[in-house]
Amino acid sequence: MSTHYLTRNRFASRPSSRMLFIWLGFAAVLMLAPQILTSSLILSHLTQMGIGMVLALSYNVLLGQSGMLSFGHAAFSGLGAFASVHVMNLAGDGLLWLPLPLIPIAGALTGLGFAALIGYVITRTSGVTFAMITLGIGQMVYASSLMFPAFFGGEGGVSADRVYGDPWFEWDFGPQIQVYYLVAAWLFICVAAMFYMTRTPLGRLLNGVRDNEERIAFVGFNPHLLRYMALMISGLFAGIGGALMAINFEIATDEVLSLHESGAVLLFTFIGGTATFIGPMLGAIIGVLLTKFLPDYTAGWQMYLGLVFVLVVVYAPGGISSLIKPSLDVLRQTVSQRRYASFLGLVLSAFMLLAGTIILVELMYHRASGAAGSLPLFGVALDHHGPVPWVVGTVILLGGMLTIKPAGRLLFERLSIGESAHQGGKQ
Amino acid sequence: MEFFLISLLNSLSYGLLLFMLSSGLTLIFSMMGVLNFAHASFYMLGAYLAYSISGVAGYWFAFFIAPLLVGVAGVLVERYGLRAVHKYGHVAELLYTFGLSYLMLEAVQLIWGRSAVPYGIPEMLQGSLFTLYTTTFPKYQAFMMLVSVLTLLALYLALTRTRVGLIIQASLSHPEMVESLGHNVPRVFMLVFGGGCALAGLAGVIGGNAFVTEPGMAEMLGTIIFVVVVAGGMGSLMGALLASLLIGVIQTFAVAIDLSLLDGLSAMGLGTSPGVFGHSVLSVTLSEVAPMLPYALLVLVLIFRPRGLLGKRES
Amino acid sequence: MTGNILELKGVYKQFGRTEIIRGVDLAVKKGERLAVIGPNGAGKSTLFHLISGRLPVSSGQIWFDGHRIDDLNAQSIYRRGLSRSFQITNLFHRQSVYENILLAAMWSQGYRYTFWKCISQLQPLHERTREVLELIGLQSRHDIAVNLLTYAEQRALEIGMAIAGGSNTILLDEPTAGMSRGESDAAIELIKTVSVRKTLLMVEHDMGVVFGLADRVAVVVYGQVIACDTPEKIRANTRVQEAYLGVVKDKQKEVRDGVA
Repeated sequence: MSTHYLTRNRFASRPSSRMLFIWLGFAAVLMLAPQILTSSLILSHLTQMGIGMVLALSYNVLLGQSGMLSFGHAAFSGLGAFASVHVMNLAGDGLLWLPLPLIPIAGALTGLGFAALIGYVITRTSGVTFAMITLGIGQMVYASSLMFPAFFGGEGGVSADRVYGDPWFEWDFGPQIQVYYLVAAWLFICVAAMFYMTRTPLGRLLNGVRDNEERIAFVGFNPHLLRYMALMISGLFAGIGGALMAINFEIATDEVLSLHESGAVLLFTFIGGTATFIGPMLGAIIGVLLTKFLPDYTAGWQMYLGLVFVLVVVYAPGGISSLIKPSLDVLRQTVSQRRYASFLGLVLSAFMLLAGTIILVELMYHRASGAAGSLPLFGVALDHHGPVPWVVGTVILLGGMLTIKPAGRLLFERLSIGESAHQGGKQ
Repeated sequence: MEFFLISLLNSLSYGLLLFMLSSGLTLIFSMMGVLNFAHASFYMLGAYLAYSISGVAGYWFAFFIAPLLVGVAGVLVERYGLRAVHKYGHVAELLYTFGLSYLMLEAVQLIWGRSAVPYGIPEMLQGSLFTLYTTTFPKYQAFMMLVSVLTLLALYLALTRTRVGLIIQASLSHPEMVESLGHNVPRVFMLVFGGGCALAGLAGVIGGNAFVTEPGMAEMLGTIIFVVVVAGGMGSLMGALLASLLIGVIQTFAVAIDLSLLDGLSAMGLGTSPGVFGHSVLSVTLSEVAPMLPYALLVLVLIFRPRGLLGKRES
Repeated sequence: MTGNILELKGVYKQFGRTEIIRGVDLAVKKGERLAVIGPNGAGKSTLFHLISGRLPVSSGQIWFDGHRIDDLNAQSIYRRGLSRSFQITNLFHRQSVYENILLAAMWSQGYRYTFWKCISQLQPLHERTREVLELIGLQSRHDIAVNLLTYAEQRALEIGMAIAGGSNTILLDEPTAGMSRGESDAAIELIKTVSVRKTLLMVEHDMGVVFGLADRVAVVVYGQVIACDTPEKIRANTRVQEAYLGVVKDKQKEVRDGVA
């Protein structure tokens, strides 16, 4: 098995047509998504997913590429957001010329500036010490936001109006759809830039610092300087993410500097997977789904969130993106070997796990809310006062828990028997 | 003078409580390298359990049983959760405890509701112990300090005088060596994790009724104890004690002082008006800066002494 | 100018109260092959760490190419032309063989912390990488992640990392440790090839290798160099025999008497 297919370098002298196809496909998805999913709520979610992707990718420059764990990422994106609302206000008052689509530049400069300011000293350390320093710095910036109301606007934050100045080709960026396309455009630019960076000598050196910071010195490079550069690059793109947030919500409050925000970026980047480019982007999608989409459907969304975290950490530590290729392989093999029965067994088992969990979680929250009536769940009314729904839910859950491992083992055995037969016993 | 003495006593009791809470975290972190983000959640669990048990069987029963239950919970968490994640590295362990803290918060809210519960001080410990000038010093605060000091002593004796304690101390820095000497290190880890959580639970039992017992209590103390453990020095209980007391002093004193640099300047005969640049920075009072001070301490310590104030671990 | 490229003068190193290096004076001539031998724990690797900048000296001086280097960090020393391999394999474990050599070749090819040029365009870098791969015999394995290589392949890669930058002075720390006879012979041939017209310092335990390869041998015992001379003179040196090779006559007597 060679190195991961997306981190292994294809040193071809010209970009392969496959890469070109992927980039075009990405651009197409960005452009067409809101045309296909047209509700305004979904549009808002899509916009936030785009912003989340920029933030997660900027975080992954530190975590996935350079091996630097940080608990203070919100300081960079948050400061970018605050700088952006101030610039928007200045521009709106006519004191500064910067059209709305270029506001993220202000965010980028802020993020870069803050990283440049504190980075030299704090990147002298690495590992856990560095992580703790970032925690301290992040909290300090957060705490200071209430101390300096002139810049941070106190408890109410600072608001801005994104509609100002002359429209760009008849777009004044008032409507959400226009904001979406602005975010999508910046997302594309950021993804392209960060992807390009991984293909440069610096990108390789950052991976080197991640894998063996001692050896990097012994081949002539300064690990401290490399970490400093990583922090600045990460800060720059985080600032862009913050600016996009400011544009989208037209406000920056101390919440954007909080540990909650830093934690969320860490969590969802990890859940998506840090080893590839797709990982953080997938993590951002999952993040928005779990924290913005799900609460509309259930009061227990935080419980589901916690369960997803823990399950990913225990069973898929490479993130959900690390499951994509193996899952597709399993699907392909199932079809080619017609192992539908075993596959269905696994699916059924997984379904039982999911159903049992949902039933019990929903019952628990329904009961805790003190509601007298039954819980309507997918068309079935469950009366939480009696024991029946609880027992049914528990039985289903237990059934799923007990059968999932055997079902999985059965499927893999069947598939590998078929596989080796197919390859003429090449083992 | 009165202010000084009262604040000193308050910072001592707060600092000692912080220490009891962070001693467990220091042990867990030093031995297993696990940054237990759920540590404050076990504190919260201890408080809530004490509330429920004391409602049924009285405070003293709860005092002994609740930490035990929390310890058992810790053992289960280590045995069936953390151990599975151990092989994926420290980031994964940390995230596991992060997710765990989330789940524990939700579970607590499901069982006990989202608002504060009336976990009160038992009658025999109510009232004041003595009166200093015009301020009373509550009996319960003295009780808290007593428990903290006794716990520290017990911990010190257990680690230095018993066989298990010596094994734990050795495993703090050389777990593989200890294992090859025939000791069951995974079992030691499990005990240490459970013990650390039990300490947090005990802190919850005595702290929960002094302060408020509500779902937000874990979040409040969560990051502060990390500052204590890391600034004090990984691997050093004495360092954790020092850092706890330092932070206790800083936070108690700073919160009460309403002076700013501007006041200092005007005492010297200088002054500025609101329009001057930098005025907003100069006019910030110490009490407003107080929440930030522990983190400033952390950052400064780590920059100048990356191993922490009394840290002994070689990197 | 003495023709010495590397000089150690009165070098001491202690950890706490434990002295590891207790006064080392050593002069290495430019272009020579010097083997460093000695019993386990004598301080050979520590000497390498001191020279290459991994550890600071407690006192004394180290001169390389006319400049003092004992207070410099590892990357500065590397940039002056001194590279090393490690006794315990110390590679970029998640990356492929190709990527490892690429990183090692980067500095000497002039590519610093560049983030504006795409790597695929830097042909000289790729050529050098392929050259080194061929030299160490790992072309067929270039795509394999390092932690999946066999032990001997990893040791070969270690040597490759030390030479990829074209340094004129190479320190190899037990390059053939743990290798079979065949693998060892191949490694020795490789070392001979790559050290042509370069200065080579090598820690070795295999006496056959030492006597076949080295121009001079330095013997380190308890943190001091007790002898530094040609292999034949070292072989005949009684102090060395006592301290390191064993007291030959008494051992033979014990065998005859059926004790050993």
